[in-house]
Amino acid sequence: MSVRTLPLLFLNLGGEMLYILDQRLRAQNIPGDKARKVLHDIISTMFNRKFMEELFKPQELYSKKALRTVYDRLAHASIMRLNQASMDKLYDLMTMAFKHQVLLCPRPKDVLLVTFNHLDAIKGFIQDSPAILHQVEEIFRQLTEVKCFFLLCLWQTYGGLSAGEFQLIRQTLLTFFQDLHIRVSLFLKDKVQNSNGRFVLPVSGPVPWGTEVPGLIRMFDSKGKEVKKVEFKHGGNYVTAPKEGSFELYGDRVLKLGTNMYSVNRPVETHMSGASKNLAPRTQENIAPNPLAKEELNFLARLMGGMEIKKPSGPEPGFRLNLFTTDEEEEQAALTRPEELSYEVINIQATQDQQRNEELARIMGELEVTDQPRQSASKGDDLLAMMDGL
Amino acid sequence: MFRRERSIPLRGSAAALCNNLSVLQLPSRNLTHFGVVHGPSAQLVSAAPEGVPLAQRQLHAKEGAGVSPPLITQVHWCVLPFRVLLVLTSHRGIQMYESDGSVMVYWHALDSGDASPGTWSGQILVFDIPAKGPNIVLSEELAGHQTPVTDIATEPAQGQDYVADMVTADDSGLLCVWRSGPEFKLLTRIPGFGVPCPSVQLWHGTVAAGYGDGQVRLYEASTGTLHVQISAHARAICALDLAPEAGKLLSAAEDTFVHIWKLSRSPESGYTEVEHCHGECVPDTQVCGARFCDPSGSSFAVTGYDLAEILRFSSV
Repeated sequence: MSVRTLPLLFLNLGGEMLYILDQRLRAQNIPGDKARKVLHDIISTMFNRKFMEELFKPQELYSKKALRTVYDRLAHASIMRLNQASMDKLYDLMTMAFKHQVLLCPRPKDVLLVTFNHLDAIKGFIQDSPAILHQVEEIFRQLTEVKCFFLLCLWQTYGGLSAGEFQLIRQTLLTFFQDLHIRVSLFLKDKVQNSNGRFVLPVSGPVPWGTEVPGLIRMFDSKGKEVKKVEFKHGGNYVTAPKEGSFELYGDRVLKLGTNMYSVNRPVETHMSGASKNLAPRTQENIAPNPLAKEELNFLARLMGGMEIKKPSGPEPGFRLNLFTTDEEEEQAALTRPEELSYEVINIQATQDQQRNEELARIMGELEVTDQPRQSASKGDDLLAMMDGL
Repeated sequence: MFRRERSIPLRGSAAALCNNLSVLQLPSRNLTHFGVVHGPSAQLVSAAPEGVPLAQRQLHAKEGAGVSPPLITQVHWCVLPFRVLLVLTSHRGIQMYESDGSVMVYWHALDSGDASPGTWSGQILVFDIPAKGPNIVLSEELAGHQTPVTDIATEPAQGQDYVADMVTADDSGLLCVWRSGPEFKLLTRIPGFGVPCPSVQLWHGTVAAGYGDGQVRLYEASTGTLHVQISAHARAICALDLAPEAGKLLSAAEDTFVHIWKLSRSPESGYTEVEHCHGECVPDTQVCGARFCDPSGSSFAVTGYDLAEILRFSSV
């Protein structure tokens, strides 16, 4: 599997998260300046240089559970809070959206165009905020610095990859998303997803750039001269691709995958039925032995160690965001979440490794946010307790 | 015309790999074995002719150090003149079993170096297989590819008409044509054109190759001359299979389609010709494996990413 997949996975899932949060912040009528602050804080955490350095190191993909911990942290990078049910729903939506985008990418390399669509939108989130100008400028300045670093990372990692290597990245991403069939009402409405949770794969439209419209058999002699040409009925309804999407810093991406499909009038909901009868339970993650958990904890510690969560300046009161329409719905969702879709991290026993505990504790200390509901003796326990509580 | 037959359920969905279906036909025992990779496990199912599943077994890649359990990259039955072996590959190495998967007879560990080992570095490993027992020996390492090898196809060298026995394909689209013997000899190299070649077949001295841009190309194996170019699919091809008795070729791709082609040699010119026989759409399924289920090509089976069943079709 490809060791260059994590940055793409992280950035695109992060982009989807921002789309969803943006929509919910508006739907819940959170005041504009607070909403913008939340998005800015998340964006600046995502593009923090130390974090980027960790992210771009060649490494295998970790489990959905491990990655969710990172997004939980990211979502709480600011004054906003999410209950577990809302965080679960957020993560479900993010993962299903990106799964859809990966599946429908015409060429494996087009996942870069999807990434650019997300990045273009992230730029947009920062740009249109006249109210907090000085904050925006500060973020912009910081981002310009990290932007260069980030784009350099992006280019170094993906600029020279072959079609075969992109195909491997695609397969790695699809492995990550295997067996995820959560139904999203927006997808169902748009006929992008079937009622059994599977995505619709259209057999019409433009072929990928570089592919010919199917339907022709050409036969040649030993000198290379074409001697016969026969058409056949392919069965699809394809047309030539009009143009190639741009991989430059600015440009027409052509591809719509990865652009923001949410709006205030198209709210986000998920159906938790998931269980199509063929859904194979992912038991392997639940029975994974401790060494697996340790590896993932190490990864999380490294990655989150690079995440600089800003301490809020001044007495900015926090608020809770609900991904559901009412609090009752949110409570109900928490109670009825199917077992196989639970993101409960396996019970990690407190490690004997005192030194590692201290290291984790130090990192957690740096990530401390203002309201700390848990009062426990050691910070190391906090991290593990937080994991258990997820 | 083909019709859908009863599907065979799988314990786990098929992984998004190429060539992710292997079929072992056992007509004398009225049985067909199917092999599909799920991820860290591969599933073997035996079925009766009507598709009724009779037995199933799961195999795993050998554990080792690493973040997660190793993923299996391919499961394949190798039909040798005197025995059939089931081969399982992963990044850790190559595991060989008796054909029903009951006993592992050989394990070849690949060096984990920095990136990826063994066939990922482009090398082809040749093993000497005894008629019985576990005395399998690595006899040769062939260098011909610089990028990961995706598929290998062989055919028995028959008569003097064609000398090529084996063709190998890689991620860059390069094809290498070999002749077997006490040592393998590289006969021809057929360069790629910027897309991977995930699947390849060999029929009567003709190489059939499926590419990442949806093309199927047929070449003269001994010379590398291109004889046929088919704009067959709108997405990457994931599998090719041959029904050698009937000269039928099957191509399956991520565009949800499976196509069947008839190969022949024109009696006047001697050139390879292709005719389209049938196209089947598997709705909303990114096909990842497809095989004929009988030597005459009158039935075939398909697997798809995320699908926990083997779809079967037979001609009416």
